[in-house]
Amino acid sequence: MAAIEILDLEKSYLVGFWRKRPKLALRPLRLTIEEGEVFGFLGPNGAGKTTTLKLLMGLVFPTAGSARILGFDIDDPRVKSQIGFLPEQPYFYDHLNARELLNYYAQLSGVPAKGRTARVEQMLARVGLSDSATVQLRKFSKGMLQRVGLAQAILHDPKLVFLDEPMSGLDPMGRREVRDLIQQLRSEGKTVFFSTHILSDAEALCDRVAVIHQGELRGVGAVADLTSQKQGKVEIIFYAQKMPAGLASLGADARVSGDMINAILPEEQQDAALELLRRERIKLISLTPVRSSLEEYYIQKLRPAENRKGAGV
Amino acid sequence: MNTRVAYIAFNTFREAVRDRVLYNLIAFALLLSGAAILVGEISIDIERLVVVNLGLTAVSLFGVVIAIFIGIGLVSKEIDKRTLYTVLSRPVRRWEFVVGKFFGLTGTLVVNTFFMALGVFLALLYVAHKFEKMDVWVLVALYFIVLQFLIVCALSLFFSSFSTPLMAAIFTFASFVIGSLSEDLRGFARMTQGVGGWIATAIAYLVPNFSALNVISQVAHGDPIAGRLILYNTLYALLYSAMAISGAVLIFQRRNLK
Repeated sequence: MAAIEILDLEKSYLVGFWRKRPKLALRPLRLTIEEGEVFGFLGPNGAGKTTTLKLLMGLVFPTAGSARILGFDIDDPRVKSQIGFLPEQPYFYDHLNARELLNYYAQLSGVPAKGRTARVEQMLARVGLSDSATVQLRKFSKGMLQRVGLAQAILHDPKLVFLDEPMSGLDPMGRREVRDLIQQLRSEGKTVFFSTHILSDAEALCDRVAVIHQGELRGVGAVADLTSQKQGKVEIIFYAQKMPAGLASLGADARVSGDMINAILPEEQQDAALELLRRERIKLISLTPVRSSLEEYYIQKLRPAENRKGAGV
Repeated sequence: MNTRVAYIAFNTFREAVRDRVLYNLIAFALLLSGAAILVGEISIDIERLVVVNLGLTAVSLFGVVIAIFIGIGLVSKEIDKRTLYTVLSRPVRRWEFVVGKFFGLTGTLVVNTFFMALGVFLALLYVAHKFEKMDVWVLVALYFIVLQFLIVCALSLFFSSFSTPLMAAIFTFASFVIGSLSEDLRGFARMTQGVGGWIATAIAYLVPNFSALNVISQVAHGDPIAGRLILYNTLYALLYSAMAISGAVLIFQRRNLK
């Protein structure tokens, strides 16, 4: 069963003071996310990622279209007990401490009174906040707030977790912890839908990604497929002080780095290049085919439509 | 009560109790009760009248200020700070959120009124040296003040469900002022003819009738309050608050939380 089915979901807002006119925040979006997937929703700021998440959470209402989560319509109250949500740059009740906040959310999520305290303590430990459990949230750093946010999102053991920019504003250590947590959720069989504009995180974590720009879905694909596409070029790295004569004529784009040279050249020139190196008695370090990266895919999808014609997935 | 409503109400109560501004207002109200003692002492033979009048007026005014001050921010603050997102993404219905907020605030005001009333009774004991039988009507006046708070809380929630906090504060305070003059407004409506009369009557019955809930002057003079008035006022306040809260819920149900 699909974890999320988005069926032509569309959102426009009325803007303007006197003469209100509709402004499209999300063009009809059709997307399916399978159970157990870690799905990355990529796009620059203002692309429509948060609008999509708010529509799925029932915080804003669609202008057209519908969506189903775990087989239920999004406005079905049964959905909410099975999902967890971390908003972008979360802000919590700062008159509470972390323990009180998680206890409050556990109550609202319907976590049974018996075992609620233990569950809260377990979550505090899981995000490394056991020692700060009694500190009021107004004294928390951004990274600590993000950890509380993650804890509240998974507190009630949801099947599906929505994370809006979970790594945004975190230091490298914080990002690493969030990455580890998402990987743990995957190993527990949870479905994770997260929006981000940090491509390295998406490449490291996601099974599939979608790129959205200006409210329009520009592409969807499996990360493994997107990053394994050969580009018809090879990268040769070898020891040399200066560029061997004749390599440039093979169409190589070379870069000298200390006593090493890194050259990228067309695949069909690979044998000729190796022959040249052998002749010159140059020691080869590596030869690898150049594959596309998620970044290239992302940038390609962000280009205007006329420049994308005939492009990839 | 629905458990989720109770949890939201308790959290609202806890937030208000931990808010320092609230204590400043209570301290100010108690100070005013103290001032009532002072004025009472220099008012020969009418000490009780002055203490009850000033004390209950202070309780009423400061309670209304607290109700408006906190009430207008109950929902808008949660939207601005996005704390609402993590609440409504749980199995919490929007009406449960609004009703929980309303109960949390009224609970806060009941507790505040208890402490401020304690100040009034202490002042009364100080000037009269003993409690009298007619002091029981002071309790009725305090009960009516709490009913006023119910309506003010409901109105501040209603106005804040579709306007900015500043506008909601202005609307609620204006309703309180006009409502306090509603008996005069009704009298004016009876005297006015034609369309003007219709409009005046509509306004007079639309705004909450706070003048019927104000018996401070009566109890200050030691006059009894009729049981029927207690019943009517209770029903009126409950019905009016329920209507205002229903309006707030209807608007909030359709609101996009941008």
